[in-house]
Amino acid sequence: MSLVPLLTANVDTPSLSNALKDSILPSLLAGILGLALLYGAGFSETIQFHNAAHDGRHSASFPCH
Amino acid sequence: MQRMTVVIPPVFRAINVLNLSTFKILVVSALWSGLWTGLLLTALQSIQVIPVLIQAEAYEKQATVTVITAHTHDDSKETKIHDHHEAVEWQPGNGWERTVYTAVTNISLAVGFALLLGATINLRGPVSHWRNGLLWGLAGYTVFFVAPSLGLPPEVPGTEAANLHGRQLWWLMTVLMTTVGLWLLFFSKTRLNKLLGFLLLVSPHWIGAPQPDVHSSAAPAELAHLFIAATAFANAAFWLVLGSLMAFFSSKHQVSKK
Repeated sequence: MSLVPLLTANVDTPSLSNALKDSILPSLLAGILGLALLYGAGFSETIQFHNAAHDGRHSASFPCH
Repeated sequence: MQRMTVVIPPVFRAINVLNLSTFKILVVSALWSGLWTGLLLTALQSIQVIPVLIQAEAYEKQATVTVITAHTHDDSKETKIHDHHEAVEWQPGNGWERTVYTAVTNISLAVGFALLLGATINLRGPVSHWRNGLLWGLAGYTVFFVAPSLGLPPEVPGTEAANLHGRQLWWLMTVLMTTVGLWLLFFSKTRLNKLLGFLLLVSPHWIGAPQPDVHSSAAPAELAHLFIAATAFANAAFWLVLGSLMAFFSSKHQVSKK
């Protein structure tokens, strides 16, 4: 007998709707990852980051300096 | 036969709560779209944005030299401090090194924007054709370029500006309000919500962006205008391509699901 049906049958997640599972949580996680990248490239005030990203920030119209 | 009970550790339950394949598709689509759009933006910029930027920098340097010479008459110590700072701060050298760093920045920004765009498209429901992505791209352009630029136009180096944190706060507020405003205006059914969306769109501009006490720039005004036009075009192309690519990946995934 395979263990897999037993494993999945025992996972208790009836309270979570499909919308949350398929749409809201993946979007939220992807969004957080995106914000982290934008912060590093666009807003981080570490001087090396600023100087390396300088031209890109000016071109993207981010507040710089 | 005796029934076996398997206890699932909480970590695995958490994984089952999230649809990992949707998340993976979002990340992979964003990486590909961001890579290509970031490279395209770098090519476009090096043709029409960077030349203006470098010209403006020459004016800025000239202005700094004038200030330093003026200072040497008054106080030689201050000039020394300034020189010291210049030596310590690393910056990429002009030429290929600078272009490579700009490309890395552009790709990081593009992947970041693509993740946000993909997350929003996924919330709204999948798109059926890449052409729908043009509208999503237009929305991204409005949120992240047009709306903030109305109050804080893209500036060449050497332009006098208000306090950085004040400007960043206004930028963030404008981006958030424009996002929610557009969403309500286009996706909500009731008139009251649409009106609320419209109010959210206009209020950051009614409040107004922080401005410097005195507007001044080392570079001539024509150069500043040229820079606004060049970035407006480069960013428009960037967002339209990014939107189409993200929609293309979303529609491809829909087909493979059926």
